[in-house]
Amino acid sequence: MAGPSCYSRLVNDWVCADYLRDRAPEVVEATIEHVWITLASVGLGLLLALPAALLARGRPRAETAMLGVSTWLYTIPSLALFPLLVPFTGLTPWTVIIGLAGYALTILVNALLTGLRSVPEDVRESARGMGFGSGRLLASVELPLALPVIFAGLRVAMVSTVALTTVGTLVSYGGLGNLIKDGVDNNFRAELFTAAVLCVVLAVVLDLLLVILQRLLTPWARVA
Amino acid sequence: MQIALETWRYLADAAHWSGDDGMLRLLGQQLLITVTALLAALVIGLPLALWLGHVGRGGFLAINISNVGRAVPTFALLGLFVTADWPGTATLGPYGRAGLSTLIALTLFALPPIITNAYVAIREVPGELQEAAAGMGMTPWQRFWRLELPLALPLVGTGVRLALVQVWATATIAAMVAGPGLGRVITDGFYRSNYPKGVAGAVVVAAVALVLEIGSAYALARATSRTPQTVAPAVAKP
Repeated sequence: MAGPSCYSRLVNDWVCADYLRDRAPEVVEATIEHVWITLASVGLGLLLALPAALLARGRPRAETAMLGVSTWLYTIPSLALFPLLVPFTGLTPWTVIIGLAGYALTILVNALLTGLRSVPEDVRESARGMGFGSGRLLASVELPLALPVIFAGLRVAMVSTVALTTVGTLVSYGGLGNLIKDGVDNNFRAELFTAAVLCVVLAVVLDLLLVILQRLLTPWARVA
Repeated sequence: MQIALETWRYLADAAHWSGDDGMLRLLGQQLLITVTALLAALVIGLPLALWLGHVGRGGFLAINISNVGRAVPTFALLGLFVTADWPGTATLGPYGRAGLSTLIALTLFALPPIITNAYVAIREVPGELQEAAAGMGMTPWQRFWRLELPLALPLVGTGVRLALVQVWATATIAAMVAGPGLGRVITDGFYRSNYPKGVAGAVVVAAVALVLEIGSAYALARATSRTPQTVAPAVAKP
């Protein structure tokens, strides 16, 4: 060994390849936890947003009430929302997932309602004229046409959920946030910087995957 | 539901509110930090965004700054500031430990909603009105003051509201990196397994967030009751 490694207490470099090499299992584990908590949160949010949007749709009062409640929920800081859920969910990943799903839900209900509203009325009428029932109208006409707006919301929800998952370290389920906390507590710069960069990389990668998925799901949009 | 009862007891105990480490002092501290950071972001961001909107340049920056703000975790940025040699954890007057780090991070996270909304607000002033104003012989300066700014005000105000709620939320997270404010009640409670205390802190933080949201909505509605309402673009959530 020639001198102390770049992540020793004496050197404490921000960027340190030795750290990545020696602590790879820990970093990979945190990244995997981060990804599945993010995906579970956005997935749960989407799962709840669809029936909520369909229920509120076309009922102005229900829509106002739903948007009001979700805006209030969105106002509560994440660091305060998780503790409020703990009495119900305990110190489990569910605390983080349900909290973040609530935020995603707010964004997605908005996107779904806006997207469905953007479907032109004459398109709807032609489909009905062709004998489409309301279920088929929704599944094969309205939702596909609303996809661009829905995906815009999904991308916002995904990117902000990646960032917010770090706060889950309060209940020890923060993915890369656990490394950030450890880095701050122990003045461990390589760990902190690596985790911070990975968070941003993860946000960019998941955003890109959504863009690709949208292109695959809306082949007609590519024909210029 | 034992914990709910104990949380209530914690909140009802006056001793937890008073004194140097009491919740009232921490609440005041966090409000002071929030207002300072918001004002700093307004001074920096508002003139810049209004000017960019007026001359119609820098749209890419003004829109994308919100996307960047969403992707960077507030917790990570606060951690980087606190761990760096500067700004570090130095105490800053009434702002407490890591005061400067917290103020810089909060100001940075307040900028995207302010800049994006103000830029979009000016750009959305209808072209016909711009042409009419120019036809009436208004100078660009007059056009800005008498036409663009009044019409943009509701959306600009919405951006400021979003920034306020956002800064309050980010200020809470400052406690996770040993910064000032009410978040400390939450982190103290959780890291020392005193859950009623942690939940009590969360109740106060959430209640203040709702008061800020509703209060600012009311204030904005009063201030702009004579201008048409517009829709705000989505912004980051800390």
